[in-house]
Amino acid sequence: MGSYLSINNIEVIYDHVILVLKGVSLDVPQGKIVALLGANGAGKTTTLKAISNLLRAERGEVTKGDIQFKDRRVDQMTPNEMVKGGVIQVMEGRHCFAHLTVEENLLTGAYTQAQSRAELKASLEKVYQYFPRLKQRRSSQAGYTSGGEQQMTAIGRALMANPEMILLDEPSMGLAPQIVEEIFEIVRDLNQREKVSFLLAEQNTMVALRYADFGYILENGRVVMEGQAEDLRSNEDVKEFYLGLSSAGRKSFREVKHYRRRKRWLA
Amino acid sequence: MQFFFEVLIGGLLSGVMYSLVALGFVLIFKASGVFNFAQGAMVFFAALSLVGFMEHGAPLWLAFILAFVVMTLFGIATEKFVLRKMVNQPPIALFMATIGLSFFIDGFAPLLWGNEVRALDIGLVDEPIPWILDNWNMVISKFDLFAAGLALALVALLALFFQYTRIGRALRAVADDHQAALSIGIPLQHIWALVWAVAGFVALVAGMLWGSRNGVQFALTFTALKALPVLILGGFTSVPGAIVGGLIIGASEKLAEIYIPPVMAGWFGGNFGGIEGWFPYVMALLFLLVRPEGLFGEKHIDRV
Repeated sequence: MGSYLSINNIEVIYDHVILVLKGVSLDVPQGKIVALLGANGAGKTTTLKAISNLLRAERGEVTKGDIQFKDRRVDQMTPNEMVKGGVIQVMEGRHCFAHLTVEENLLTGAYTQAQSRAELKASLEKVYQYFPRLKQRRSSQAGYTSGGEQQMTAIGRALMANPEMILLDEPSMGLAPQIVEEIFEIVRDLNQREKVSFLLAEQNTMVALRYADFGYILENGRVVMEGQAEDLRSNEDVKEFYLGLSSAGRKSFREVKHYRRRKRWLA
Repeated sequence: MQFFFEVLIGGLLSGVMYSLVALGFVLIFKASGVFNFAQGAMVFFAALSLVGFMEHGAPLWLAFILAFVVMTLFGIATEKFVLRKMVNQPPIALFMATIGLSFFIDGFAPLLWGNEVRALDIGLVDEPIPWILDNWNMVISKFDLFAAGLALALVALLALFFQYTRIGRALRAVADDHQAALSIGIPLQHIWALVWAVAGFVALVAGMLWGSRNGVQFALTFTALKALPVLILGGFTSVPGAIVGGLIIGASEKLAEIYIPPVMAGWFGGNFGGIEGWFPYVMALLFLLVRPEGLFGEKHIDRV
């Protein structure tokens, strides 16, 4: 079929006992932004880590199914090989190197790239072009920068590895709505101008669906719904359960109808 | 006054030797956030290997290279069989692992090389430098001066390496956040093996200098623990801190040894020798109360 990134019916088990993903399948077409939505513990992060192969460092394992990137099976690779192959994850909660300066953080991102000094400088300039704020803060220790700046540093650091695809985990976490908007604008920019594909795990369904092309909704380790972003946005169930809206205004959770629907939804 | 300076300089020079051991701790702590209790044992093992190869007829340079190879292999083995299994475990678990490692080395090294005390001759004699003796009337040991010079060069080299090279940056990144480092494609395994090899190299230089001064023996393991107060003063994460801490500890313990006992004896009577042995630890304790991250250590950054 010649798909780009495709996950086929994977099961993930942590510590040999805890079943977290129960047969997840999804596709990310080249050059698109795909959103992975769902509540806490639905398995979004686990899905991303299965792709980037960070899972094994946490005693997690893909026990069934497979993951293909550009028609190559990648679920037994190391994170280092994945980054070299063009897939990089930006972890939830930023994870900047607190004691390194912003610029040093960015430079570490180029670790896997055999680049000359001049090329390195050019990559830095490119990142600063997308994140002018980082240029101002380039010599501050990352630990002392704001949450938004740290998120930018984390994304910028990933960019330094020249990725084709970024697995972006919860970029909106703990940030003011305005900053979230700013970061998503940059994501869209990167997608359009640098042709970077994104798989985006988000709890902030509203924002994610505005910027994504396609969306999957995970619940309890399963994909319960998928569709074009605008279809999902106008879907009644999504509206009610994830966007907090419904046709009849806000509803009480006591309503039986709601309860039944919710039950059917999770079954 | 001359005597005072003689003691001071002697102390500073011997302090540099502590720095050298402290440096090994700093390297591993910086790169993996692990306090490597086995560093002292590594110094012992390195010195023992060096002597062992020399006893088999190898010249010093060859024995040094062979001992370095042994330490590198040891570093790789440690990474492969101990550290790799323990990624993402709490630091205390890793610390316990290094304690185990330390006792393993202490037992294993003599098995390999025999356990008698041995002299190590690296062609340097512990005698005063005539020129200084003539002009200033001070006894400054040639050996101490050479050792200090070597240690300083090594420290400067490592500091530059950490600050400005790609690998150095990666090492610091790994120290800050294993997982994030992994996520951007830094191969932890290589980095750890590398840093253990470098720490092995530092241990070898320290072992060579300490060993040729005091003889190569089991007690080296404990001499090396003198590096602890140095680390507390200088900071666990700072290469320059290791050197400054070493200087402070070296100078103050020698001065304390000379000048405190007479005073104490005047007050209380009795004999107050051997202050050198515990004075650094008291200093470290006091220092911990005032500045727990050390003079040059990294402050823990917490966002609130």
